[in-house]
Amino acid sequence: MNLTNELISINELNKSYYSINNETKTLSNISFKLYKNDFLGIIGPSGCGKSTILNILSGLISDYSGKINKKKDLKIGYMLQEDALFPWLTIYENTILGLKINKKLDTNSKKYVLNLLKKYNLFEFKDKYPYELSGGMKQRVALIRTLALKPDILLLDEPFSALDAQTRLSVSDDIYNIIKNENKTIILVTHNIEEAISMCNRIIILTKRPSTIKNIYNIELDNNIKPTEKRKLNNFNYYYDLIWRQIDK
Amino acid sequence: MTYNNYIKKTKRNKRIILFSQLFILITLIFLWQYLASNNYINSFITSSPKNIIITLINLYKQNNLFIHIFITLKETIIAFLITSIFSIIISVILYSHKLLYKIIEPFLVLLNSLPKVALGPIIIIWLGANQKSIIMISILISIIISIETIYNAFENTDKLKIKLLKTFNASKKDILYYLIIPSNKKTIFSSLKINISMCLIGVITGEFLTSKAGIGYLILYGSQVFNLNLVMSGIFLLMIISFTLYKLVNLIIKNSSK
Ligand SMILES: Nc1ncnc2c1ncn2[C@@H]1O[C@H](COP(=O)(O)OP(=O)(O)OP(=O)(O)O)[C@@H](O)[C@H]1O
Ligand SMILES: [Mg+2]
Repeated sequence: MNLTNELISINELNKSYYSINNETKTLSNISFKLYKNDFLGIIGPSGCGKSTILNILSGLISDYSGKINKKKDLKIGYMLQEDALFPWLTIYENTILGLKINKKLDTNSKKYVLNLLKKYNLFEFKDKYPYELSGGMKQRVALIRTLALKPDILLLDEPFSALDAQTRLSVSDDIYNIIKNENKTIILVTHNIEEAISMCNRIIILTKRPSTIKNIYNIELDNNIKPTEKRKLNNFNYYYDLIWRQIDK
Repeated sequence: MTYNNYIKKTKRNKRIILFSQLFILITLIFLWQYLASNNYINSFITSSPKNIIITLINLYKQNNLFIHIFITLKETIIAFLITSIFSIIISVILYSHKLLYKIIEPFLVLLNSLPKVALGPIIIIWLGANQKSIIMISILISIIISIETIYNAFENTDKLKIKLLKTFNASKKDILYYLIIPSNKKTIFSSLKINISMCLIGVITGEFLTSKAGIGYLILYGSQVFNLNLVMSGIFLLMIISFTLYKLVNLIIKNSSK
């Protein structure tokens, strides 16, 4: 991969949270790079600082030490762990929320959102309210809300955690499909090793807090098939075993 | 049970309730009148429905009835508008300036626990024995609790939704406009309903302390000259005013939340 494809480079990132009584050292010397069209997974034990990394990259947290270089004018979209749809807004109004706030709501962007809704089978629900949708549909709405701003990079924080195992599989197929179609670069945070292997082309493994990078793996599985299909490939179990051993229990 | 039966039964229950309520009310009024007419109770200190009606007619003939009603209504509505508008504005300011809230919080608590009517004499000295003082007393009685209610609701807004808006680089103003206000509409509305009742209480309290007209004045004056008919008439008018104002606010809320 050449240098022009480098979107973000993170060097010696350190982060502590402070309270009156103590300091919670969370991230310690985290360094990695993100390239165009990467599908980068981050896995690690609960509380190790995965969300913290995303919060820092998205700019929600600004007090940290270390160097983060982003390519100029890089647009970052962040899809949170929960869908956080606004119950008093319709599905369509929810999806254009980010556009409205950024004063980018015009005929073009409206058309783009309506297209996404159509493409991902939500168009007929656009005037309904969130409570009328299933968990998986809400997750897709949240993704479209993030995509509406046409980000170059998508940060996904446990995007499927609110779903039951069955729906989780089909929604991850859906969302994988959407992301591939829209040609995005991804960082996916998850607890789930299988999910990471079936979706990502690189996986960062973090240790317990204060977390450091234990290992980074390249996953070489056919990128043109669905995640659920990838799970059936022979190499899948090989990667699973490799990564499972590495994770702090 | 079929659907039709269910509807019938619900409607019948509604009728029974309404009928019983009217029956109780009318019985009480007639009982009151009967006891007073036959001197079982001393109508000099209990008044009677007939006397109340006569008193109201007399007030009307002297061209005073609507003046009193109008004055109390005016004071209440002014106090209500000021209380409601300012409690929302102040809550917004405090919410967007956490440090300011932390600083003034103990003073708010102090002010809230103080019986506001105790401040009445000071206000009358400062603002004069006039309607301004009455309105001020009414505002003082209602505004602190209104601010507390709205501010607390703001403060309890879903943190996740705030985080979401921040991922869109939303400013404080955006967060207020897109999230804090709409998600707390219900609380704001219910505080309006409380405000209208509290403001009427405040106005009557104020009129008790200093007034030349108004329902509070009628009641106080009536008790001073030992005219219980006037006192009871005042209370009767107050009941109607309070009920009407409450319904009115309710109606406005219902229409605006459609
Ligand atoms: N705002 C905060 N203030 C103080 N401590 C925090 C804050 N946010 C996170 N932490 C602490 O930092 C550590 C890492 O939190 P983070 O949310 O990044 O973990 P995570 O890896 O995303 O965990 P999970 O997998 O459970 O979501 C935790 O120990 C947490 O208690
Ligand atoms: Mg997390």
